[in-house]
Amino acid sequence: MTWRSPLALVRDALQGQRARERELRSLVSNLLYEGLEKAKQPNRFFLSNAIKTTKYSLLLFLPMNLYEQFHRFANLYFVGIAILNFIPVVNAFQPEVALIPICVILLLTALKDGWEDFRRYQSDRKVNNTPCFIYSRYKQYVERRWKDVRVGDFVRVVSNEIVPADLLLLYSSNPNGVCHIETANLDGETNLKQRTVVSGLWAANLGFEPESFNSVVVCERPNNNLNHFKCFVEKPDKDKVGASIESLLLRGCTVRNTNHAVGFVVYAGHETKSMLNSNGSRYKRSKLERKLNADVFFCLLLLFTMCLIGAFGHYLWLESLPGVPSFLVPDSNGHLDVPSLESFYMFITMIILLQILIPISLYVSVELVKVGQIFFITNDIDLYDEETDSRIQCRALNITEDLGQIEYIFSDKTGTLTENKMVFRRCSVMGTEYPHKENAIRLDVMDEPESEEEVIFNQHQQLPRTRWSLESEGISPADTQQHGRRRKSKVAANAHSDVAFSSPLETEVIPDQKLLQQISRAESSGGRRDGNRNFDPHLDFFLALAICNTVVVSMENAHRQRVTGAFFQRNKWNRTRSEDPVIDSAKTENEADTNELQTCSLHPPSQNGSTIAEAEELCYEAESPDEAALVYAARAYGFILLARTPDSVTVRLPSGEDLVFEVLDTLTFDSNRKRMSVLVRHPVTKDYVLYTKGADYSIMELLGTPYAENVSGIEKNIAADTQYHLDCYAKDGLRTLCITKKVVSESTYQSWLGERKRAQAAMECREELIMRTAVQLETNLTLLGATGIEDRLQENVPDSIVALREAGIHVWVLTGDKPETAVNIGYACRLLEEEDLVINMSCKNKVTCTSNLDCTLEEVRRYGDDLRNIGTTQNISLVIDGNTLDIAMSPDLQQRFIELTKHCRSVLCCRVTPLQKSAVVKLVRDKLKVMTLAVGDGANDVNMIQAADIGIGISGQEGMQAVMASDFAISRFKHLKKLILVHGHWCYTRLANMIIYFFYKNVAYVNLLFWYQFFCGFTATTMFDYWQMIFFNLFFTSTPPIMFGIFDKDVSVEVLQGVPELYRTGQRKGEYNFLTFWISILDAFYQSLVCFFIPYLAYQDSDVDLFTFGMPLNTAALFAILLHLAIEIKSWTLVHWAIMLGSVALYFVVTLAYTAGCVTCNPPSNPYWILQSQMADPIFYLIVTLCTVVALLPRYSPPLCICRQLDRMDPSTRDQWIKEWRGFRGGAPAKRYELPDPPSPTLETPVDFFPDFLPDSDFMGDDLSLNVIAESRQRAVHT
Amino acid sequence: MMASSYNAKEEDGHHSGSSTHGGTGAAKNKKPDNTAFKQQRLPAWQPILTAGTVLPAFFVIGLLFIPIGIGLYVTSNNIKEYEIDYTGVEPNTPCYDCANSFTWNSTTSCVCTVNFTLVQPFESNVYMYYGLSNFYQNHRRYVKSRDDSQLNGVQSSLTNPSKECEPYRTNPETKLPIAPCGAIANSLFNDTLELYYNHPDGNMTKVNLVKKGIAWYTDKHVKFRNPGNEKDNFTERFKGTAKPVNWMKPVYELDPLDPENNGFINEDFIVWMRTAALPTFRKLYRIIQKKPDSAPTLPSGRYFLNVTYNYPVRSFDGRKRMILSTISWMGGKNPFLGIAYITVGSICFFLGVVLLIIHHKYDTRSNSADIPN
Repeated sequence: MTWRSPLALVRDALQGQRARERELRSLVSNLLYEGLEKAKQPNRFFLSNAIKTTKYSLLLFLPMNLYEQFHRFANLYFVGIAILNFIPVVNAFQPEVALIPICVILLLTALKDGWEDFRRYQSDRKVNNTPCFIYSRYKQYVERRWKDVRVGDFVRVVSNEIVPADLLLLYSSNPNGVCHIETANLDGETNLKQRTVVSGLWAANLGFEPESFNSVVVCERPNNNLNHFKCFVEKPDKDKVGASIESLLLRGCTVRNTNHAVGFVVYAGHETKSMLNSNGSRYKRSKLERKLNADVFFCLLLLFTMCLIGAFGHYLWLESLPGVPSFLVPDSNGHLDVPSLESFYMFITMIILLQILIPISLYVSVELVKVGQIFFITNDIDLYDEETDSRIQCRALNITEDLGQIEYIFSDKTGTLTENKMVFRRCSVMGTEYPHKENAIRLDVMDEPESEEEVIFNQHQQLPRTRWSLESEGISPADTQQHGRRRKSKVAANAHSDVAFSSPLETEVIPDQKLLQQISRAESSGGRRDGNRNFDPHLDFFLALAICNTVVVSMENAHRQRVTGAFFQRNKWNRTRSEDPVIDSAKTENEADTNELQTCSLHPPSQNGSTIAEAEELCYEAESPDEAALVYAARAYGFILLARTPDSVTVRLPSGEDLVFEVLDTLTFDSNRKRMSVLVRHPVTKDYVLYTKGADYSIMELLGTPYAENVSGIEKNIAADTQYHLDCYAKDGLRTLCITKKVVSESTYQSWLGERKRAQAAMECREELIMRTAVQLETNLTLLGATGIEDRLQENVPDSIVALREAGIHVWVLTGDKPETAVNIGYACRLLEEEDLVINMSCKNKVTCTSNLDCTLEEVRRYGDDLRNIGTTQNISLVIDGNTLDIAMSPDLQQRFIELTKHCRSVLCCRVTPLQKSAVVKLVRDKLKVMTLAVGDGANDVNMIQAADIGIGISGQEGMQAVMASDFAISRFKHLKKLILVHGHWCYTRLANMIIYFFYKNVAYVNLLFWYQFFCGFTATTMFDYWQMIFFNLFFTSTPPIMFGIFDKDVSVEVLQGVPELYRTGQRKGEYNFLTFWISILDAFYQSLVCFFIPYLAYQDSDVDLFTFGMPLNTAALFAILLHLAIEIKSWTLVHWAIMLGSVALYFVVTLAYTAGCVTCNPPSNPYWILQSQMADPIFYLIVTLCTVVALLPRYSPPLCICRQLDRMDPSTRDQWIKEWRGFRGGAPAKRYELPDPPSPTLETPVDFFPDFLPDSDFMGDDLSLNVIAESRQRAVHT
Repeated sequence: MMASSYNAKEEDGHHSGSSTHGGTGAAKNKKPDNTAFKQQRLPAWQPILTAGTVLPAFFVIGLLFIPIGIGLYVTSNNIKEYEIDYTGVEPNTPCYDCANSFTWNSTTSCVCTVNFTLVQPFESNVYMYYGLSNFYQNHRRYVKSRDDSQLNGVQSSLTNPSKECEPYRTNPETKLPIAPCGAIANSLFNDTLELYYNHPDGNMTKVNLVKKGIAWYTDKHVKFRNPGNEKDNFTERFKGTAKPVNWMKPVYELDPLDPENNGFINEDFIVWMRTAALPTFRKLYRIIQKKPDSAPTLPSGRYFLNVTYNYPVRSFDGRKRMILSTISWMGGKNPFLGIAYITVGSICFFLGVVLLIIHHKYDTRSNSADIPN
């Protein structure tokens, strides 16, 4: 490295800064400058590809970590006090020793941080050293490391390789210039996306040569938008070629289905979009923690009061002395301060002495406990999903206990309550409904809860033949074999939904006979007359289904090989096929089908086996599951989508003829238009045809003339009929789509094309212009038909929702669906019950809305006040649509709206936008001051997830945006039940009890010192050795509460899930509130009084010395504090025993060793042989026993015991009364509470229905009343 | 005392069916281990505090504590103790003059004689204590004002005592280090007590007071050591040090006759250095050993206590006492523990009875179901 003047360095740094800040960046190829020294490289200012996500460096770790740690107020407080100790006038302990506790705390935290950072460093290093290929002028592509990649390099990526930096795609081995990538690492979407080479840079026939790349790439400043990129390439001849996100390979993506591709590095390292998107784990402050801080403040107040008492007492004591006694030690000059000054010093000394009233290790302990809790949550096997092989992820580490206090749950519908796996159910073509009955039967068969045990899974195995496909004719009827394979593959595909949308459930559709005949008729008539312009609408319908989408076709055998361990089997073939009557019946039915199909004989006999096999291997990759479902439906009718390139779509018709449609443009889906269109050129008729599909309400208003030719000659109002069918579908809970067609004339197309091109070339507001052109074209559509797609409920959703509601949680469902669909789903998932009073709110303007709201509110109030309704289980539910919601949430109405929703058990909001979702959450959260939880799976739920106190993302079919924004990520909705009811409850009670215990422990111990001040002239003397005090807090009594916070189970899993009402204690802050806090403080005062005054009275006027007096105090305090915890512990496992006994043993071993070994080691205090001599004295044991018993006696006293007895019934008893309760309910003519699903396997004793408790009003207010009610009922049963 | 219900759930619960993945290639499986620990299904003992379980506990406590309490009380009552205040606050008391004429620097000592009568004879060994009240030996700075290594005979500490000893670290005039340094040593109790028995026949006999064996064994033999070489004489060993300012004689003259009780290992000194926990305390002064014959150690009768009155207590309103006491296994006389044990035992017993009544009257059904074992 040559020497450069500092000035040049500064200038360079400034230049670099400016270059990076600039709105547009000009990048050139590095090849032209290869071999030049670094200072002359044109791209030197841009960041290299090496990444560093560590917070600290090795050298600066200590200062930086300390700086971080001192952001915590408590740490500052303790360091401040330790520093005070260095001032001789006020010190209470030896200054060096006083530093130990805070140092230990800081060290522990630093170790934890350091370890985390080291983990980050390791992963960084691994990433930075990943090999990749960089083009070098001398040696072509050379293997380098990721960290060597620089902006301006040419990087070659091969199939299944991960892209090292953001690359502008310049060349692809694919003849169409397409490169497929999978963005699972970025957003979790497993479907393939197409990226296209920047066009127009090279003549097609010439090879790609990086050396000859002398254009300038101008791109925008790095940003974190994954779906947007603006760039143009300026060729030497000043010709500009635009490029967008379509040509950008993002760092972290995986190249698929493409042999190799070459890209130009535009952003590297931390400037890549994926790095800009990754921000560390979220920090949220939990409700409990906020409360905790308030209580720490109370403790501070208490501390100051005690110190004031001490200072004042010292003053009085000094004043009362008649002379200068020999025990008053003057300072080195033989001078004594005046009492007032002395007492001021004493105040500060007292603060130092009593500082541990603020639990120093509380914060560290809370953090440790949360780590432990998260360990157990993530390791819960019930929260593990076999299908996706994913555990629950805890992304926010410090709000576990908030899970135990949820009062409102806001849930998305699609993908959250439902599978988001779309199944084609029915369709309506030209106003005729085709119910697809056989398909429905098939789905029912599939629905049979097949155990997932019998699986032979082979990733490379071809997808099985579709038994019902029309090609079945060509295959020898090897039915039985196929049958087995079908079942295998169903489970197989379920177990690995990596293979997106390829489970037979979605791929297989049994054609409706009527429709099939209709098609074959049209086919035979239309097929013979080639070039017939009037294509049959039925054929058009299926062509539209096959064409109008963005489904990518990939070959099964070329499918990505993601899952290693290609072959694993479960307990195989527990049942033989023949034992399964359902399948057998299906089989016979299917055989009949096949026969029938054969008579249709749609295929030319020339069809040979190889093409069939080829078609069979097709695998569809869709961005939205609806599209895949439609393509599969079209395939079932013989319209097979064979290939899709950016410019063409190949469809095989039922006749076996392959048609290649030239794709002129794709008007992609957006949430404003709610539709998408594909403009193709028909290969035969040469017509410009626009196929549009979209939501019914967005399509219906765009309809032009109905389908001109009326085949049957009967005038039908197709639109009206279709609308009627759509409504029926919606009522059945199906998702509806309308399919339309439009023939565009040549001239219209040309003029539109010009506009479109202008829009696409625009640098400013390109999206808006493009959308406008899309809207322009999508007019005067001709309705072909509509489809109904089923989105099935996830398993155990109704069960979970019922449980959550019984836990006193208000469940709101916010969905973009139509009200009819939403209500239907609401009933299906038991959000709404048949006997519920459902209020439907839908109004157009504010005036009606206001009056409506007022009326309803009045009615609801009256209903609630009505005595007849108390005790009945009828509940009020509200269904509201997006429009009305908007009005209801306006500032002047929101109070009333909230008031209304408070009365409602569940609320269903339909047709809401993502923004509204978050607005609703915020409104409820702020107005009602409640704990809210939002759960969703898609990008549209991100706002809501972020607005709620706890955001839960479901890693489902719709990518990872929701998961990225969430605090917890689960894979199924049913996991929510255990997460909240069990883990939430546990985390909350554990942590709450632990925190209270911590306060208690410190107050109890510190008060011993405080009481002693009354007998030592308030001179801040301690009767314990200071080391013992440190040990007491750091070793002897620190692990039991942590263990308590991690392991304690107040109620077992079974009961928590069986009796969701137990959750309500957490909602009402049952464990940790003002009362419990102060009761425990008072208890601490009492216990310290006992532990101090019993030894005091026993040793009064004796020859006891200071530490000998302190030893029984210390020991009694240890036992009282540990046994107090022992009473709090509700279940004792081996761990509990080990830690509790270990703590006691540690106390004695350490203290004995210390008092035996320390002759003069800790001057001036001298604990030598104290414990030994005490342990030889029977009085010591008598005192300790008496102190412990008296201190804990109130906890055993009869009234408390009776409460406790009700409070903590053991699981077997509770189970028993659940059973008794059930018997009682069963006898009464009450409504049934059967679950539609089999009981969750997590319950050992299946609880088929849940005891329905008296309504909320009855057990609000008193924590114990729940059990009291149970008790009284129980008695009622037995008397 | 608590009903235990063992709540061990079978390890191979409902999961075993689906969770065991045999096969070879399940490498990437993220499935959590189905162990009892990770699934929080460790066998647990769940104590429940019900009336039925607490009830026996109360009876047990009651039945244990009451006899212990009675035993303690009786033992305490059997201890004979005689206490006499010789401070001389009241004008008519023998030591009034000595108490008033006190100065630290007086060279002549004031002697006063207090006479008293023991009504009952003291059997077995009698321990003679001096008691001080209102003397805050537990004052924080006082407690710290000592140098343990100096007292342990460390030569360097002898000549250079710890800073904690300030302002009693060096002699202000000679600048010599003080041995023993610090406020505790400086304020050593220096009254001399002698006991005379007035025989009924008029003879006076001096009661033999043993001054060894009053300190802790470990203090005498481990913590406190004289500096220097064993063979040198004491003056030599403490050469270059000054006596504490309030002392009348240097430390090596505390007991010139007995080298085993002189210097830092003087037992009176050791006893004083063990600072008392409470402002009113007593410290063992002498032991009156039981005579070999069966005669009482201190027969009843008149006694004279000869006090060499040196120690000032007026500056803190203190009192000085001489205590004669026999001791038992539980130490000196203190009825508190016995009474406390009896009280707590009775309360527990009473609560147990109350609980039993409640239990029988109201809780018959639910509790019988609640307590399976």
